[in-house]
Amino acid sequence: MAATAAVSPPCALVPCQGLRGALVSTRNFHATKNQRQRGRAVAAPISAKFDLKPPPYPLDALEPHMSQDTISYHWGKHHRGYVENLNMQIVGTDLDGMSLEDIIILSYNKGDILPAFNNAAQIWNHDFFWESMVPNGGGKPSGDLLGLIERDFGSFENFSVKFRSAASTQFGSGWVWLAYKANRLNVGNASNPRPSDEDKKLVVVKSPNAVNPLVWDYLPVLTIDVWEGPKCISFIFSQSRRADYVSMFMEKLVSWETVSARLEMAKAQVAEREREEEKRKYGEDNVNSSNEAVEMYLDSNIEDPAE
Amino acid sequence: MATSTPPAKLELRPPPYPLDALEPHMSQNTMSFHWGKHHRAYVDNLNKQIVGTELQGKSLEDVMIRTYNKGDLLPPFNNAAQVWNHDFFWDSMKPGGGGKPSGELLKAIERDFGSFEKFSEEFRSAAATQFGSGWAWLVYTVNPRPSDGKELLVLKTPNAVNPLVLGYTALLTIDVWEHAYYLDYQNRRPDYISIFMEKLVSWDAVSAKLEVAKSRVA
Repeated sequence: MAATAAVSPPCALVPCQGLRGALVSTRNFHATKNQRQRGRAVAAPISAKFDLKPPPYPLDALEPHMSQDTISYHWGKHHRGYVENLNMQIVGTDLDGMSLEDIIILSYNKGDILPAFNNAAQIWNHDFFWESMVPNGGGKPSGDLLGLIERDFGSFENFSVKFRSAASTQFGSGWVWLAYKANRLNVGNASNPRPSDEDKKLVVVKSPNAVNPLVWDYLPVLTIDVWEGPKCISFIFSQSRRADYVSMFMEKLVSWETVSARLEMAKAQVAEREREEEKRKYGEDNVNSSNEAVEMYLDSNIEDPAE
Repeated sequence: MATSTPPAKLELRPPPYPLDALEPHMSQNTMSFHWGKHHRAYVDNLNKQIVGTELQGKSLEDVMIRTYNKGDLLPPFNNAAQVWNHDFFWDSMKPGGGGKPSGELLKAIERDFGSFEKFSEEFRSAAATQFGSGWAWLVYTVNPRPSDGKELLVLKTPNAVNPLVLGYTALLTIDVWEHAYYLDYQNRRPDYISIFMEKLVSWDAVSAKLEVAKSRVA
């Protein structure tokens, strides 16, 4: 299935930066358009401040499960704080003008994190979190997404247990993710010589503090924030103090539609990456049995294609 | 030191003051939650984890150091260390606390930090910049760095890690896990840290710990 209409595959428009470049386009990110234009036009970068993106619903839309007060704090103070701090950190540096995802990967620095990482990643994580929820959400996924969940976890119930368990066992602060993982060898230009759909799977992963699966080259499709703050505010402000935060999220808030769309996007990006790699391989090999080589010879009017 | 046999089951020790004694700086609500729920859960979970194992019957510190396992943490570590850390945290505070230290402690701080204000700044900064969950500490070391000979240091640690397992003697701590301050201060961690310094720190307790530490070395 092609990606949803709202998304224009960036790889068609700009040199493919791989999966991460594509991820930028899935979000109506104010700075994004400027970044991409700058990337193509090669104009001198102007200082681009990140904006605090609002959740895709009014602040009271998730009541009574996640109250307006909860979201005012979490989005209006925490999330906003990360945006303001990142803007202060990057002004006048190389990072100024880069896309958020690029800042994240660069400042992750293979685990030896640089100062901008925590703020940048937390902005991304929170954007992703708000978008993972929807008023009257919850329930069960369907279609391809359900099929893949059933294939990779056995059943939706098994997945749900695994996800909830990860959420309650993340020690300290962090996030829990459902992510799409394409099996790639971890060496420079190496790739799986015979990629099949079997190699690509959905996994539940947890990450500490600000870390997210982008840095492992996974494609996240769903997240829940398990820093204590959100759980605490939920506790303070929720109607039912006995409400279990994770259950509430799963049963009432998850936007399976968004998760499905992200999964389609992820599959498309992985397929695109594989096509790029195939092309590169053909470019490198001088194997004449390829179709391109045959066409070349035909064009030159040689009787037999070289072997 | 006393060599009493450790109990077979570790108990949740209450703070050395009533739960409402630190109001309004640290609310009774927070104390009920923080001590009554979180700290209690660490104790209960640790007991469950070590029952029937060789760790059962060992002292808390012993369990902690063994399960720290030189950084390759074994499962009981998080619970054991969090039990210890929270005991230490309640002891680090008192009603009507704050202000400045005096006597030997003040001299030591002035010697190793330049002034009390400089120490305070360093400690607050460590507490404010420990990203995610963790703790900030004032510690005493028996192995001062040759470069500066400082015996007192400020450290920050993530999650459950504490200076004991790193080879230091802890003198003071502040809990900067969000559960410690969220109910009273929401995301305003710096405000929480300020109030802790100005109204809650028990310099008596810190002095006593320094004295014990020095007497061990002597």
